[in-house]
Amino acid sequence: MRYLPLTDEDRQKMLATIGVASVDDLFIDVPETARLSRPLDLPDHAGEMEVGRAIASLAAQNVDAGSVPSFLGAGLYRHFVPATVDYLIQRGEFLTAYTPYQPEISQGTLQTLFEFQTQVALLTGMEVANASMYDGATSTAEAVLMAQRITRRSRAVLSGGLHPHYRDVVQTLAIDSDIAVLPPKMEGGEDVGAFLDADTACVVVQNPDFFGNIRDLSEISAACKAAGALLVVVVTESLSLGAIQSPGEMGADIVAAEGQSFGNGLNFGGPTVGLLATQDRFLRQMPGRLCGQTVDVDGRRGWVLTLSTREQHIRREKATSNICTNSGLCALAFAVHVALLGEEGLRRLALINHEKAVALAGKLADLPGVAVLTSAFFNEFTIRLPSSAAAAVDDLAARHVLAGVPLSRLYPETPEFANALLVAVTEMTEESDMDALVDGLREVLA
Amino acid sequence: MSARTVADHRGLDFEEPLLFEQGAPKRSGVDLPQKKDGETRLGGLERQGEIGLPGLSEPQVVRHFTRLSQKNFGIDSGFYPLGSCTMKHNPRLNEKMARLPGFANLHPLQPTGTVQGALALMDALADWLKMLTGLPAVAMSPAAGAQGELCGMMAIRAALVERGDKRRRVLVPESAHGTNPATAAALGYQVDPVPGDARGRIDVNAFREKLGDDVAAVMLTNPNTCGLFEDAILEVADAIHGIGGFLYADGANFNAIVGRVRPVDLGIDCMHINLHKTFSTPHGGGGPGSGPVVLSKELAPYAPYPFLVHGDQGFRLVEGPEPGQSAAGAKPFGRLKAFHGQMGMFVRALTYMMSHGGDGLRRVAEDSVLSANYLLASLKADLSAPFDGPCMHEALFDDRTFRAHGITTLDFAKALIDEGFHPMTIYFPLVVHGALLMEPTESESVDGLDHFIGTVKRLLEKLKSGDVAHFQEAPSLTPRRRLDETQAARNPVLRWRPPGQAPKA
Amino acid sequence: MSGLRYTKEHEWLRVEGDVATIGITAYAQEKLGDIVFVELPEPGKTVVKGGEAAVVESVKAASEIYAPVGGEIVEVNGELEADPAIVNADPIGKGWFLKLRLADPGECDTLMDDAAYQDYLKELA
Repeated sequence: MRYLPLTDEDRQKMLATIGVASVDDLFIDVPETARLSRPLDLPDHAGEMEVGRAIASLAAQNVDAGSVPSFLGAGLYRHFVPATVDYLIQRGEFLTAYTPYQPEISQGTLQTLFEFQTQVALLTGMEVANASMYDGATSTAEAVLMAQRITRRSRAVLSGGLHPHYRDVVQTLAIDSDIAVLPPKMEGGEDVGAFLDADTACVVVQNPDFFGNIRDLSEISAACKAAGALLVVVVTESLSLGAIQSPGEMGADIVAAEGQSFGNGLNFGGPTVGLLATQDRFLRQMPGRLCGQTVDVDGRRGWVLTLSTREQHIRREKATSNICTNSGLCALAFAVHVALLGEEGLRRLALINHEKAVALAGKLADLPGVAVLTSAFFNEFTIRLPSSAAAAVDDLAARHVLAGVPLSRLYPETPEFANALLVAVTEMTEESDMDALVDGLREVLA
Repeated sequence: MSARTVADHRGLDFEEPLLFEQGAPKRSGVDLPQKKDGETRLGGLERQGEIGLPGLSEPQVVRHFTRLSQKNFGIDSGFYPLGSCTMKHNPRLNEKMARLPGFANLHPLQPTGTVQGALALMDALADWLKMLTGLPAVAMSPAAGAQGELCGMMAIRAALVERGDKRRRVLVPESAHGTNPATAAALGYQVDPVPGDARGRIDVNAFREKLGDDVAAVMLTNPNTCGLFEDAILEVADAIHGIGGFLYADGANFNAIVGRVRPVDLGIDCMHINLHKTFSTPHGGGGPGSGPVVLSKELAPYAPYPFLVHGDQGFRLVEGPEPGQSAAGAKPFGRLKAFHGQMGMFVRALTYMMSHGGDGLRRVAEDSVLSANYLLASLKADLSAPFDGPCMHEALFDDRTFRAHGITTLDFAKALIDEGFHPMTIYFPLVVHGALLMEPTESESVDGLDHFIGTVKRLLEKLKSGDVAHFQEAPSLTPRRRLDETQAARNPVLRWRPPGQAPKA
Repeated sequence: MSGLRYTKEHEWLRVEGDVATIGITAYAQEKLGDIVFVELPEPGKTVVKGGEAAVVESVKAASEIYAPVGGEIVEVNGELEADPAIVNADPIGKGWFLKLRLADPGECDTLMDDAAYQDYLKELA
């Protein structure tokens, strides 16, 4: 067994040093009734070749979004990840390192986390960001809990434009809280301010929202301030931060986002990387790991994990959260990709996404019976078909086009959404892909 | 602070500035097509002003991160006996499989018919976990161990709520990992710590005294954080079940018993498993992890969305409430993260399980326990071991020897760094003074173990000869020496700012 | 009552009239290590004897400070926000945490005096 260095001779020598006859003697504390005397009914060990074949045959049963025209978004986006990213994150010193609790031999991890925190703060327009969360949805839930601690109020108002999974996760994790969920509206533009009261800890608004709508949040921000509530802004497509005003500029108090668009592929939904950013005055209530700058005994600049007294390994039952891991390697991938793009590259990439989306929206609007419902959007918009969107998607899948996410997939109980389809476009969408979608739709709708 | 050489680098140890200190405007490490400058529909909300990101070319980015990686110690670098973390070898086959386009390029919301292979893989992994633990159901979605704990405890809470049974307390051993009480408290329970006994196990009498009708659960780690098997676990299980409560197990230490003991046979009702510990998915500098939770028949209905079902159309994920669901017995307590779970880690973990096989996994437990006992037996004359052996997969020592000679556990750990080792876990568990918790795992050769043991012994001789300064000033050979954590906490600097730009007050 | 009073949790108390000044002892600050942050209550808040009054954080630990006696918080030491190190440098003097108006002056009598606290420290060593 290739992963096990000990030989039978080694084991004998070790048993002799320990002073027992067999390894069974080391398991004497296990109750007899619980001891498994023979191996479980599982396959025996196998070589790389056999395992590789078996796993690859499972992979081959899938239609991967890279091999056919694909327009799926709804919170996770197919972007091009430069070859460099994957090679760098697979360097053994990054891949196989643990959490940087011994900073003298972890400056690699720590410096990259500091760079990541800076990138996130800059992109979101906020003062400080943490070293990542599991994903955008848990980040959003933690933002709500954070707002409750800061304001000492319980109520959270969730915009109808919040991703349904994020809504569900907030409701699950914000235990015993008063969560008001506003009804979803495909055209966006709800009057969130009307739902603020003296017990509101925060308002959670996604921008661009789940249906693609972009809006100016300054009014909501002002209304929140007047009510003593915090504004939590959620971003699921973090590339949008390269094209539209940042949540910080719009008055956000906390930003919870999904960073998957940079450096991280789709991976069937996980792992991804949650972003959490806020203003300096709320720092002590922010959960998750934080990397801070300092000096060593020689006066040289270096980095350490800091403000750990908020965390579970010190505060235990009084911790700000039970979170332990962050999404380290995914955060590194994000940092490398953003480093490669730089200011110019990131802004241009964002505009390319938008221009392609505008072009496709135009073509789709020309199809008989199809209406584009989103007037201002980044790279994703909602269209209404004359008939069931889920049926159209299945028909198109049979024609090898992954046409987008039918709203009914995430809103099964909302008949008004049955004909609506969420379409995402990225820099990877080619003209021929757009033609395949347009022609395909024309056929299936005829 | 003076430069160490003319260029201030030392051979392969480079002084590498931040990205933000190397950028130039208009430079980029990617080539993108020109934008068309056509019509935009951003609603007048275009981002004005600079984001502030630096521009670097590809070679600069590669060199930057390569140099940073060289300042890191990974499992690939050397012995990493970090107790409770299971720093075993991370096979590269796992990485290759996770990157197959048929997994890596799958969008979670594709039509179900186009992702049957992915769902089959999740099902296969679930089967292995159920077989290895003996529990009939598994919730796959938790993103990490701590989320797995939350999942297990939320299932317990949901079961009690459905019974109409209001229970307020959760019993947690004092030696438990901090996530245990944090999780219980997050769910609104009062955490009642149970002390350990003189043998390093949970004090069963104290446990019995604390039991009452208001106890929802006891959260045990087995083997426990002292590296010892909780031999009274069947008694604890009977006692908690007897008052209508549940036994939650923290599966962080599953590596010690995988393939040799099934948690179901210990009376465990639910247990989270750290795929990034027992099943070799990489630690990645702090994540991502994956924390599936095996559940008893009684708790299975409460597993969160999404969960896998198998019908005549093949596999399907149930992603939210559906008509007839609760009639079919499913009462999910909610959803823990967006989409379906850490699929990338599922691929890696299944690849590992299939590589080892059932026979290999049993060997993993045996070799990990053998190696830890080898360390304990070899070092107990030199270091102070608070509890008698045998231990399981990790060996615990306290700092008596160090204190007698004027240094701390921290000083000794830093001296080990100069010797080319990653230190063991220090100051955990809290129940022992100045704890050193060594978990060698099954991935270490006996030569490697002997080398470590020999180094520890020689360092102790150095200490006993009176060279206290060597330890207090360690490490001296690393890219950075001891860092000022007090300053980092008193004056937090958590991001780079351009020179001259003060943080907003 | 003259002199300071002490608790087993290493808080000290100085009473002037019906106002008590409270802080942590030299022993406590040494055990905690470098103090990095002190979380103080809002003036106007009422605490009971034994209730949580403040939190003091070092790099490695966070400790609750419990009110040795009950009363209404009248003043907190704003200096500690900018410079928590004062607690290490001068724990009995400038490193005071808060002042409260005693609800029941009798509660002070049960606390240790200087001699008793010194004996207690000897026991711990």
